[in-house]
Amino acid sequence: MSVVYLVAIGIVPPQVLDWVENTLAEWTPWPVQRFPSMVFPEGAYDANRGQHKSVELMKLLARSAPTDAARMIGVTEGDLAIPTLTFVFGQAQLDGPVAVISLARLRQEFYALPADETALHERVTKEVLHELGHTFGLTHCADAKCVMSLATHIGLVDNKEERYCAQCGEQIAGKISSPDRGTL
Amino acid sequence: MKKVWPILVVDDEEVMSESMAAWLREDGYRVDTAPNGQKALELAKLTDYAIAFIDLKMPGGMDGIETMMEMRRARPEASVIIITAYATVDTAIQAMKEGAQEYIVKPCHPQEISMLVSRILKLKKLQSENVILRKKINRQYRHHDIITKNPRMQQILALIQDIASLRSTVLICGESGTGKELVARAIHYSGARADKPFVSVSCAALTETLLESELFGHEKGSFTGADTQTRGKFELADGGTIFLDEIGDISAKLQADLLRVLQERRFYRVGGSDEVAVDARVIAATNKDLAEEVHEGRFRDDLFYRLNVIEITIPPIRERREDIPLLAEHFVQHIASELGKDVSGISSEALKLLMDYDWPGNVRELENVIERAIVTSRNGTLVESDFSWLAVRSKSGQNWEVPDVPLSELERRAIIAVLERKRGNVKEAAVSLGIDRSTLYDKLKRYEISH
Repeated sequence: MSVVYLVAIGIVPPQVLDWVENTLAEWTPWPVQRFPSMVFPEGAYDANRGQHKSVELMKLLARSAPTDAARMIGVTEGDLAIPTLTFVFGQAQLDGPVAVISLARLRQEFYALPADETALHERVTKEVLHELGHTFGLTHCADAKCVMSLATHIGLVDNKEERYCAQCGEQIAGKISSPDRGTL
Repeated sequence: MKKVWPILVVDDEEVMSESMAAWLREDGYRVDTAPNGQKALELAKLTDYAIAFIDLKMPGGMDGIETMMEMRRARPEASVIIITAYATVDTAIQAMKEGAQEYIVKPCHPQEISMLVSRILKLKKLQSENVILRKKINRQYRHHDIITKNPRMQQILALIQDIASLRSTVLICGESGTGKELVARAIHYSGARADKPFVSVSCAALTETLLESELFGHEKGSFTGADTQTRGKFELADGGTIFLDEIGDISAKLQADLLRVLQERRFYRVGGSDEVAVDARVIAATNKDLAEEVHEGRFRDDLFYRLNVIEITIPPIRERREDIPLLAEHFVQHIASELGKDVSGISSEALKLLMDYDWPGNVRELENVIERAIVTSRNGTLVESDFSWLAVRSKSGQNWEVPDVPLSELERRAIIAVLERKRGNVKEAAVSLGIDRSTLYDKLKRYEISH
């Protein structure tokens, strides 16, 4: 049986993991299980940039995924980046099982504003749905309200709604109904 | 339609190229990666990349600038974005000088890359739309869109091909509505000037002063209302073709001005003192007998000879009746779909009516008649009653007027007329003409009359 594994990389507040688990349970057809927390792998931290290498975390998740993993979703407080870009909110394997999301830039505190739990909850949900969509093979959507639209700053994340547009939703439904897809 | 554009990322560090590729793939692009310049060029041979991200520093082999230069030779259309970790003014200048579209310093804000990519691709989309539209226009006016099976018209089509790439002036003669502008466009769009402007001017539509300003442009303040310097049609047609319709109607002064442009390829704007050089092929058209106009002293002979380098005379439709069914069918299909009416054909009785008519307004009149029939018809096929308003002139009722043409031409016309009357029956036509059948066949061949 296929399982969606949820894993914290580094310390992640339990409440956030609950939010992510609920979202995954609601939007995937598989049972969601917590995977033991992981520490950041060696070489994942870029001291010059003060950020974590998203690619290294993706590799860690891919090699740790059990054989029955339909999805292996990582959550971290670490600020993620790739060599050419100053940051990413998250990253996913397009049409593959692995995805990671970073909480760092979803928090109001990152922008020197007072903490806002409601905002964080909404943003986490959107980021999870967004990366989950990529794992189903979806690319960015031109509809700015669709959760699959590209967000290059937090304003665009806030501008989205916590849902897929009709077209993206249909695409995911199509993938879910096809039994050969979405497993390792 | 951004999804169709392929992108190439070139970097010796796999983590850099792969992470960048993954990020772009999430945006829906088809992305390839290459670890060095050599591999990049191999890939570029197979794929027409819209954008190539190339890292400036690649140890061993070709560096970013060299790769870019080779890439631009292989794929001049590809936009190159140079990526570097070390920004110096010198490398930036060098990159831009060698043709990089952009120069970015990594790491770069996602929004910057996202906007850069969409800006470049938006431009590419416009460029490709432009190419598609041009092709469409070219197709529209290519010679095979002139619908005919008449041997004289076939010869004209062959001539259009032969002269399309020449610069020589062409004079197109023919009654009104025979398609003189269509032939002019076919010449333009079949030749080397096809991607340059085709500018059409109707010389009869304007007064002498207006036409002069229309053709040659005017300087600011050259006459009341000339508020700005304006370029004339000759300047607009630079590199392309200017089509002067109804050339037989221009005044003596304009004839002199035009002669000067044809001789010297330069002119003055109205009210101007600076000469303007122009490279425009001139195609003129007339429904008058220009030789007769010269003879009568109404048209300059030197201008006539300048214009008449290549002469094309389009026969009126009554001399190529075999084209009427083809043209009628074409117009029915074309106009019905344009008007959104469900009319798919034309009955044989209706066609016979059209074949019997003399079409003084030629192809244009035929087109108008069919359009009117389609608009008013309540049938899926056009029938005789849809053309009941068409006054069919009795051909036999025409007065016998001997035109000023060689005797052989009179003979040719007489044979055509008799053949038409006898519905193409050569045996009956020969009896009517008082010659034997083999003589008639010889004459049909000599005058290239189809039957």
